[in-house]
Amino acid sequence: MTHKTIEVGYLARVEGEGSLDVSIRDGAVEDVRLSIFEPPRFFEAFLRGRAFSEAPDITARICGICPIAYQMSACQAMEDALGVTVDGPLRDLRRLIYCGEWIESHTLHVYMLHAPDFLGYAGAIEMARDHAATVQRGLQLKKAGNEIVALIGGREVHPINVRVGGFYRVPKKNALAPLRETLERARDRALETVRWVAGFDFPPCERDYEFVALVHPNEYPMNEGRIVSSRGLDIPVHAFADHFEEHQVAYSTALQARIKARGHYLVGPAARYSLNAAKLSPLARDAATAAGLGEVCRNPYQSIVVRSVEVLYACDEALRLVDAYVEPDRPYVPFDVRSGTGYGCTEAPRGILHHRYAIDAEGTILEAEIVPPTSQNQPSIEDDLRAFIPAWSNLADDALQWRCEQTIRNYDPCISCATHFLKLNVQRQ
Amino acid sequence: MSNGSERPAVAEILVIGIGNPDRGDDAIGLAVAKALTAAAGPGVRVTGHRGDAADLVDRLAGAAAAVLVDAAVSDAAPGSFRRIDVHREALPASWFTGSTHGLGLAAAIELARALGSLPQRCVVYAVEAKTFEHGATISEAVLAAIPAVTAAIVRDIARFRAESAQPEAAGLHA
Repeated sequence: MTHKTIEVGYLARVEGEGSLDVSIRDGAVEDVRLSIFEPPRFFEAFLRGRAFSEAPDITARICGICPIAYQMSACQAMEDALGVTVDGPLRDLRRLIYCGEWIESHTLHVYMLHAPDFLGYAGAIEMARDHAATVQRGLQLKKAGNEIVALIGGREVHPINVRVGGFYRVPKKNALAPLRETLERARDRALETVRWVAGFDFPPCERDYEFVALVHPNEYPMNEGRIVSSRGLDIPVHAFADHFEEHQVAYSTALQARIKARGHYLVGPAARYSLNAAKLSPLARDAATAAGLGEVCRNPYQSIVVRSVEVLYACDEALRLVDAYVEPDRPYVPFDVRSGTGYGCTEAPRGILHHRYAIDAEGTILEAEIVPPTSQNQPSIEDDLRAFIPAWSNLADDALQWRCEQTIRNYDPCISCATHFLKLNVQRQ
Repeated sequence: MSNGSERPAVAEILVIGIGNPDRGDDAIGLAVAKALTAAAGPGVRVTGHRGDAADLVDRLAGAAAAVLVDAAVSDAAPGSFRRIDVHREALPASWFTGSTHGLGLAAAIELARALGSLPQRCVVYAVEAKTFEHGATISEAVLAAIPAVTAAIVRDIARFRAESAQPEAAGLHA
C-alpha cells in the first residue's frame, strides 16, 4: 500500500485565495477538497439597511473582474421588486456594456491565465517571451472590452454609471462611433483567437454534466432568460430557490450550491454554449464549428475554445448594438419606490449570478441573497478532479499538480466572488 | 492628473501613480501623482492608475521613460521608500501582491519586458505601506513620504531629460 503527500503553496492563476487537498490511496482518489480560505466578506449582511439604489454599486465591489455582472443582476432584482421594465435602447446599452465585460474577462483568462497551461509555460510572462505577438493580440482584444465598459460605464474598473431603471447618463449616438473601428479590429483578433486555441492539445476527457444557463427565445443569453438545464429544468428566475440550494462544507468559507432534486451542476461558458449554441451569430457559430466544437461541449478543457467563441460573439453583438443604437429620450425609466421582493439572474462571464432582495416601502434593503457562479461550480470542479486524477496517478508530483491546476482553471474560478487562490496538497497513500 | 484613456501621440516621460483610493495606504501612488501634477513640467504625463497589469503594459508602450509609484509590503518601516531601476534589478513580486484579482506591478513590468515594450528608462518607487483597510485614508507615516518621493521623481525627470538630450552618454538599455 502506498501513501504519498504532495503539498503545494498557492495555486497560481486563479482569482482569490484557496487551496486544493487531494488524497490518493493505491492510485485511487480518496478525497478531493477545494478549500477556499479567503475570509467571508459578509456582503449580504451589510447590504441590509442600505438603500435599494446602492445595491448595484455595493455589490459591484465583490469583484474587480466582473462588476457589470453584479450591477446587472442587482438592477434586475430591484427592478423586479419595483415593477420597472427596462427595454428598448436602455436594454441594448446594458447588453453592450455586458459584451464589454465578457470580452475583458474572458480574454484575460484565455491569454493570461489558461493558455500557458496548454503551451507548457509557467505563466503569461514566460509565454510572452516566445509568443510576443500573440500576447499583444490578447492585450489589444482585452482593451476593446475595457473601452466599451469605460465609455458606457464611466470608467474601466468598477464603473459608476449603472443605476436601477437604466443609467445615470446615456451616450450620444456619435459618442459610440469610435467603438465601431475598435470592435471591427477586435472581432478580427477574436476570430484569430478561436483559431489559435482550437489547435491546442485537449486531454480526451468528457463528463456528463447537468448544464444550467439562462435561455432566451431569440438571443444568446446575457441579461435575460429562463433558468434552463440540460436535464429538463425550465423555471423563471424567481423560482431559483425552489430548485437550488446552498450548503456549507466544513473546509471552505464559500457556500456550495446544488440542484435540490439531483445535486451538482455546471454553469458558465460550456453550459451557456451547450444550451444556446444555435443562438450565436453566424460568424461565431461557424467559428465554433471550424474549431471542432459540436452542439454540446462536455470536455472541460475545451472551455478555452468556448470562451474564445463567446468573445467573438460579444464583439459581433457589440458591433450590432453600436450600429442599431438610438439615443433614448431619457437615461432611466422613472418609478415609484414600493415594498417588495425581487429576483435577478444574469450571465456573468463565469455563469449565472443570482440576486434576491426584499425591500420595505422606503426602499431599504431588508434581505439580500447573492449566489455567484463559482459557488455553483465548486462541486463540479471537485467532481472533475475525482474523475480525472486516477488516470494521472502515475504522473510525477509536479506533472500531477500541473494537471490539477489546469483542470481548476478550466472553470476560471473567481474565489473572491465565491467567498465572497490556490494551495494544493496531495496525499498519496 | 488624468485617468483618461487618451494615449500619448509621441514618446514622452510617463509618471504613473498606482493605487486604490479607498484602501488606506494603497492610495499613496495616486497621492504622489497628484502632488507631482504641477511640478512635473512640460513633456511629462502624470496619471493615476488602478493597477490592472494588462492596461499598464499598454500604457508603458511607446514611452521614452517611465516612473511608477506603488505601495509595497516588505519588512521596511512604513513611509520609507525604495527606488528600483528595473533595467538593473528585478522588482520583488512579493512586495506588490495586495490584490488577488490583478497580476501585480512586478508582473506588469516583466510582461512589458517580455513583449519588448518596457521604456528604455524605467524606475519604480516602492513606498512601504502600513494599512490597506477598506475606506481608510492614507496613514500619517506614509503621507509623510510624499515630499521626498516627489522630489526624487522630479530629479529623475531632470535626469531623463538630460539623457535624452545626450543619449550616447546615458548608457541606454536597448
